[in-house]
Amino acid sequence: MQNLTQKPLSLFEKIWARHVIVERAPGPSLLYIDRHIIHEGSFHAFAQLKERGLSVKNPKQIFGVADHYVPTTSRSPQDAVTQEVTEMILKFDENMRWSRANYFSLQDPRQGIVHVVGPEQGISLPGSTLTCSDSHTSTHGAFGAIAFGVGQSESCHILTTQSLWQTKPACTRIELQGRPAASVGGKDIILALIALLGSSGATGQAIEYCGSALQTLTIDDRLTMCNMTIEAGARFGIMAPDDTIFNYLHGRPFAPQQAQWDAAVNDWRKLYSDEDARYDRSLSIDVSALSPMVTWGTSPEQALPITDCVPEVRNGDASTVAAMQYMGVTPGQRLDQIKIDRVFIGSCTNARLSDLRNAANVLRGRKSSVPGMVVPGSMEVKRHAEAEGLDRVFIDAGLEWRDAGCSMCVGINGDLARPGERVASTSNRNFVGRQGPGVRTHLMSPAMAAAAAITGKLSDVRRLPKE
Amino acid sequence: MHAFTQLQGLAATIPGKNIDTDQIIPARFLKRSRTDPDYAKYLFHDLRFNESKLADPAFVLNQPAFSRTSILIADENFGCGSSREAAVYALEAYGIRAVIAPSFGDIFFNNCLKNGLLPIRLQQSEIDILSRPDADAENERMGSHQPISLFVDLYTCTIQHIQHNKPISFRIDPFWQECLLKGLDEIDLTLSYQTSIDAFEAKHLSAAPWLTHSHT
Repeated sequence: MQNLTQKPLSLFEKIWARHVIVERAPGPSLLYIDRHIIHEGSFHAFAQLKERGLSVKNPKQIFGVADHYVPTTSRSPQDAVTQEVTEMILKFDENMRWSRANYFSLQDPRQGIVHVVGPEQGISLPGSTLTCSDSHTSTHGAFGAIAFGVGQSESCHILTTQSLWQTKPACTRIELQGRPAASVGGKDIILALIALLGSSGATGQAIEYCGSALQTLTIDDRLTMCNMTIEAGARFGIMAPDDTIFNYLHGRPFAPQQAQWDAAVNDWRKLYSDEDARYDRSLSIDVSALSPMVTWGTSPEQALPITDCVPEVRNGDASTVAAMQYMGVTPGQRLDQIKIDRVFIGSCTNARLSDLRNAANVLRGRKSSVPGMVVPGSMEVKRHAEAEGLDRVFIDAGLEWRDAGCSMCVGINGDLARPGERVASTSNRNFVGRQGPGVRTHLMSPAMAAAAAITGKLSDVRRLPKE
Repeated sequence: MHAFTQLQGLAATIPGKNIDTDQIIPARFLKRSRTDPDYAKYLFHDLRFNESKLADPAFVLNQPAFSRTSILIADENFGCGSSREAAVYALEAYGIRAVIAPSFGDIFFNNCLKNGLLPIRLQQSEIDILSRPDADAENERMGSHQPISLFVDLYTCTIQHIQHNKPISFRIDPFWQECLLKGLDEIDLTLSYQTSIDAFEAKHLSAAPWLTHSHT
């Protein structure tokens, strides 16, 4: 884009400037929203629309896919956990027909978790604004988009105006240096960063990731990092798009096609931060020094290298004490001695093809000592995984191989652990009760969850005993 | 949206950092309609009620003195996590009109503004001043927790303990202040810019025509 003022701009500022319809400074600007994704929880937004006699302004820029409540045992709404949920999925069908928006129903081969389907179908594009009524929408920032989660009132506003009032956020630049060691990936880097920043360390901000390590990370690792950026309180995670992203998007259904492709890529190549762009804060970390990470508490910020022990309580902090009590861990306890009851490999954070490959590589030829399930992020991921035989690896290890959905990450489709159980989980939140009342969640990468499944305790995947 | 102008009400303290929206309303209630007459019961459900659905007397909102609470005082990062607007619906259904905390979950904060519920960011030291119990000798002697009476004025952006003289100022974006004071409907406001939106859109979509392509 033309930078008429010659003022150096960050990637975020460049995309922001392209989408401002009405500027009110100070205060929020009216921002054009290129694409908006909704799921079956959207019934509140549709109720608001209908109550007020409003309609969906640009159905072609709206995408619906059911993921939060869907059964992972079949593709039939009738198999949902309760009749109430069946009706909710059917209500979504009805609302999507009413809106005439793009819709991937439960039976559609493109169905999956919103944040897996977006990149996969070419819905998430560099330089665009993308919203979804889900907090982990920051995921799509890995493609060089301004992508953020909204509530139902905001979703209703977008559906009927294709715009939203937004205040330009403060921006933190995080430079990732070095090359991650073997068995260290996007999940470990982002858990380490959340531990460093704190769970409210970047509230409302945009975090731009840059640095030499970024190019070495796979698309899936980048998506994982932007996905969990919001667990540090941020609204956006963003990365400059590169050839890896452009090559990935080429030919995807909702990406620019044929003649428009070259023009789009030429434009996308201008999506980087100018050298002297200003940030509110800059920091740098050496990712080569990182180890595989696990969480020990009830906030994603309570994360440590697997080689560490549960920390001491500082200044008698009541929240830390409460987290330890809930989790049933004690200061000084070695993390790799914590026994688990169940494993969950799935979620918008870690259920893409390379995530499943990483878990399968650890599990191949071995048995899981605990029950668990592997839930692919989309039906497309599922088909690819099956073509590679990954499903056999998981099934032979004794794990369940399910259909796509949010499943045990949010625990509202009936996929839950039992009270008191401890779960090694590749999801994004270890909140109290998140995976069921009284359930204790430890967050980690797919390879680490696979290692925990084998040993029955949190384990360093790099030191897994040979068979 | 109903307007928020001034509020005199009783405040309860919800202890603990990072009270996430899963705590404010557990996920299993999200499928319920806002018109569900039981909605207020879902607020902090798993903190308020035990497995037998009995009220835990230790939880502040279960104590008779706090039954008319309309203001919550919370710790850092209140409302973090899931974007579920139902967290705000549950607070509203219970009768909470304002929440005070050192920091809020980002989407929760916005969701409050869209529903006429005032989120107030204050320094912890200011919250400590507000949270001092009302000077009631008998309560002090009995050592019981009592709600405190606060007065919130959105016109002046101040909040004060009704037994203290000095109001404490808080900051809110003037845009949202105006929306809340007038109970402005945001969609109506945006639609008043329809000409600007249409003009912008025509230009924007001609530069990125793939945004409106059809697929089957």
